[in-house]
Amino acid sequence: MSTQILIPFFITAVFLVAAGITLAYMLSPKSFNLQKQEPYECGIPTVGVTWLQFNVGYYTFALLFLIFDVETVFLFPWAVVMKQIGLVGLVEILIFFFILVLGLAYAWKKHALVWQ
Amino acid sequence: MQGVLYDFTGLIQSIDAVFRASMSDLWATVLEYAIIGIIYLVIYALIGLFLVYAERKVCAFIQVRLGPNRVGPKGFFQTIADFIKLLLKENIKIKNADGVLFNLAPFIVIVASFLTFGTVPFAKGLQGIDLNIGVFFIMAVSSMGVVGILLGGWSSNSKYSLIGAMRSGAQIVSYELSVGLSLVTMVILTGTMQLSQIIELQSDGWFIFKGHIPALISLIIMMIASTAEINRGPFDLAEAESELTAGYHTEYSGIKFAFFYLSEYMNMFVVSALVATVFFGGWMPLHIGSWQAFNHIMDFIPPIIWFILKSFALMYVIMLFKWTFPRLRIDQLLKLEWQYLLPISLFNVLLMAFVVYMKWYF
Repeated sequence: MSTQILIPFFITAVFLVAAGITLAYMLSPKSFNLQKQEPYECGIPTVGVTWLQFNVGYYTFALLFLIFDVETVFLFPWAVVMKQIGLVGLVEILIFFFILVLGLAYAWKKHALVWQ
Repeated sequence: MQGVLYDFTGLIQSIDAVFRASMSDLWATVLEYAIIGIIYLVIYALIGLFLVYAERKVCAFIQVRLGPNRVGPKGFFQTIADFIKLLLKENIKIKNADGVLFNLAPFIVIVASFLTFGTVPFAKGLQGIDLNIGVFFIMAVSSMGVVGILLGGWSSNSKYSLIGAMRSGAQIVSYELSVGLSLVTMVILTGTMQLSQIIELQSDGWFIFKGHIPALISLIIMMIASTAEINRGPFDLAEAESELTAGYHTEYSGIKFAFFYLSEYMNMFVVSALVATVFFGGWMPLHIGSWQAFNHIMDFIPPIIWFILKSFALMYVIMLFKWTFPRLRIDQLLKLEWQYLLPISLFNVLLMAFVVYMKWYF
């Protein structure tokens, strides 16, 4: 099976959204109202700019995620052949995990895994 | 047992042969792609509409209400009425919002969910995208959805949306690790990532039975983590109605909101289908050891019905989660993932590797 088959799925998905938005654009009523365009803040005008600096906590989790996600990517090819390579695979993954768990333990000790 | 309902490979090959015989290769390919696109579009929309209805009925069942019961028999056409209503709503352009990104977000979300939906194996030979890296492909593409969510929240120029998007992003990327690791655990056992092959390997027993303890741990982690990854309750703090009005799609109205909503429900279907495929044998019927008569009766039920039953049963479980447990706080959410699920799933990978090395699986 070739990856060509992704093309019709991609086109169909784009078509679905484009058709939906176009159809809604043609069918829906249009009226201009200054109040209506306000962003939703419970009827109170927004104070200041929206695109402000955000809590750094989210970014530390994003960084941690990056490390472990790359690790998962590395694990997939190993997992496919694990049955065939046997002991070598087991020992190598133990070494790999040892290094990784050291990193996780360090992050844990530095309280990077708790929300602050 | 070789009816057309049991194996679609022959049917699809003969349709392909008819097309290729009657026109040039290029046109045959284009026509086939168009047919695939239309069929999948229809199924996608139908399952989406049905799931929204089912969710409301399950919710009503748990809260001892009737649920939708006016439009059509037992309120069955309620979601269609809702869809038409959403289609007729005005598309509001928010002041100072980033127009391009605001409109791009539903595209990304739907493309991600539609591509993963294409990989769902409904029956033998009835699978749109059957790549040899199937499991990996689902993981990779479904994590593209978070880009759409972040863009949608960021470009809306609303603080509610921004907070919702950030929470959603942190949650999805965190729980993706556990989903990935529990899939790695199962891939060790299967030795292949192609979904159709994974199912074929389960003809003599589902992987949940073959892999016993590590597979069971992996299943539990997978159910929890994927419930969180698709932003459903009790992990729905991204759209906590009582705090953030609606989360990242607060500013979306009409049809664009409908697309976000649809993609959420379809992600739930894809997750259930993936769990059904990897753990519960996909479209393989349930067989019990040497009970010949029982096995024959089970063989008689078409695979597509098996698959639909399994995935809808899993979806029912995910729906029950939402209406049973109270919502978590963000610190509890991250603690659950990073201090419980991640170490357990790392350990589980090693356990499964050991079990496979010792040949303790069936």
